[in-house]
Amino acid sequence: MGLIYEGISKAIALLAGFDPEVLSITWLSLKVSGTATLVSLLLGISSGTLLALADFPGKRLLVSVVNTGMGLPPVVVGLFVTIFLWRNGPLGFLEILYTPTAMIIAQAIIATPIVTGITVASIQNLPGNLKLQILALGATRWQMVRILIKEARLPLLAGVMAGFGGVISEVGASIMVGGNIKGYSRVLTTATVMETGRGNFDVAIALSVILLLLCFAINYLLTRIQQRERPR
Amino acid sequence: MNGNPLLLEVRNLRVVRGGVQVLDVPSLDLHEKEVLSLIGPNGAGKSTLLLTLACLLQPTAGKIRCRGEIITSGRATFDYRRRLAVVFQEPLLFDATVYENVAAGLKIRGMTRGEVRKRVMETLELFSMAYLADRSARKLSGGEAQRTSLARAFAIRPEMIFLDEPFASLDPPTRQALTEDLERILGETGTAAVVATHDQLEALRLSDRMAVVNHGRIVQSGPPVEVMNRPADEFVASFVGMENVLSGNVVTCCEGMLTLMVMGRSIELPGIASPGEPVVFCIRPEHITITTSDPGGATSARNVFPATIRKMVTMGVYHKLHLECGFPLVACLTHQSLGTLHLEEGKQVFASFKATAVHLIRVGNVSHEHTHHRHLTNAQEDRSPCQPSKKPEK
Repeated sequence: MGLIYEGISKAIALLAGFDPEVLSITWLSLKVSGTATLVSLLLGISSGTLLALADFPGKRLLVSVVNTGMGLPPVVVGLFVTIFLWRNGPLGFLEILYTPTAMIIAQAIIATPIVTGITVASIQNLPGNLKLQILALGATRWQMVRILIKEARLPLLAGVMAGFGGVISEVGASIMVGGNIKGYSRVLTTATVMETGRGNFDVAIALSVILLLLCFAINYLLTRIQQRERPR
Repeated sequence: MNGNPLLLEVRNLRVVRGGVQVLDVPSLDLHEKEVLSLIGPNGAGKSTLLLTLACLLQPTAGKIRCRGEIITSGRATFDYRRRLAVVFQEPLLFDATVYENVAAGLKIRGMTRGEVRKRVMETLELFSMAYLADRSARKLSGGEAQRTSLARAFAIRPEMIFLDEPFASLDPPTRQALTEDLERILGETGTAAVVATHDQLEALRLSDRMAVVNHGRIVQSGPPVEVMNRPADEFVASFVGMENVLSGNVVTCCEGMLTLMVMGRSIELPGIASPGEPVVFCIRPEHITITTSDPGGATSARNVFPATIRKMVTMGVYHKLHLECGFPLVACLTHQSLGTLHLEEGKQVFASFKATAVHLIRVGNVSHEHTHHRHLTNAQEDRSPCQPSKKPEK
């Protein structure tokens, strides 16, 4: 128990003292996972909407594949991104392995199926005749898609939360493609793994508390938006 | 039909879904300012026809013309859709305020803010719901929501409006109020309309013309009063409330009057048919008079039968009497007459009806396209000729 207590007081000290290293690690975590989430929203909402509205043979199979992708193990993603970005890999010429960019790529790959899957479900959950109603109001196909996404905005917020929650907390891919380089590609999760390995439980606990607070703050914000719009 | 120019012209329209033909309409017209109602049981193809007319569903074959132009392809479809409006059974409102909902079609058309505002306020006034403008669509009652949906449709000033069971999920008073408003607004704006409904009273009230749809085909089309009183076949008869559909054989035919034999009783009615011919005829329960003593010469009704009351069913303000007078007959009575006549089950009474109250359907008449279906449901093959045909649906 003493260990936890010590860790928490250390965390408070680190936070209160605005430790520059902790701040930069926190900021990088936010930046990498935030960017990855944005990328996944762009890809996931568009492909999810397309998937929900289009009708083609093999659609169910594809939706099942996407839904499976929602549980994609980060280490597997990390492995494949590493292979692709390796010096003599297919994308080795980009020379971005062990950079925050590589981490964003890996995290976006993890979050995209999550956002896509939730988008498919959200759009398909809208009333069946809504699409026809919008077309009957004179909308072009593009206007119809925009209105449908707008109508599905509340369940889509759940997609944002799930996507962001998935990547800010993952460690496997980040450590593999980012390398946990001090002051460059070290984020909250990779730093926690390292400090735990070194036996610096107090620092590890401090980092974990920060990670939890960060997750909570972001989700609280999104939930507020979601609940404010919900009917009472 | 109403002398106005032709607005919509449908020819040889067919819709096949999953290998099954769900719609087959050789010809259907809609004139300007005309209100056409499509009535029929659930699953008859009313909605499919309506959505196809609105170009929201691609027909398998056939042509739809709007003012002479074919509208079933590409750009023409899009232009056509901007001239119409559709209201569904569910309000399908957007998750926004009433104002935003009514403005939706106008914003889609790229109208300026000022124009939108003016038009929305006008439309809300028309539907007497300006006070609801800022209310969230989620907080509306069922009636208010459907009213908003109607306002959203009328805001774009459509040339024609398609309504698919618009009031089916509302409670009776709300339905009544909305039907009245719709009737008024259709009249004021002169918008042509097609209303799909299974409620014959709603159809009667709103429409200039009624088309009865069954099994994807238009079985009969004409002015509502004609369809209600002169159904083309047994299906239409039972659907429009002709509860007494009976069959018999022609005995004599002279000077436009027929004598039929029904279970040993003779019935007189106007019509032309050859002696020996089997026919079907129907009588509305409202047209049957009940007396406790033989009216004899006191009535102009040509058909008087002693009858036994088999069953009495209360339908709120009126009562339905199931009678046995050699053949079964259903009559309607008000609560008041029931009291004055001291009627009860098992009591002997006299049922009378005028010859002109009987509508003849000639079984051999094959001018309708649903002969196949008729033969399937016609009672004659497997039942005694005097039992009423039951409704072919359900």
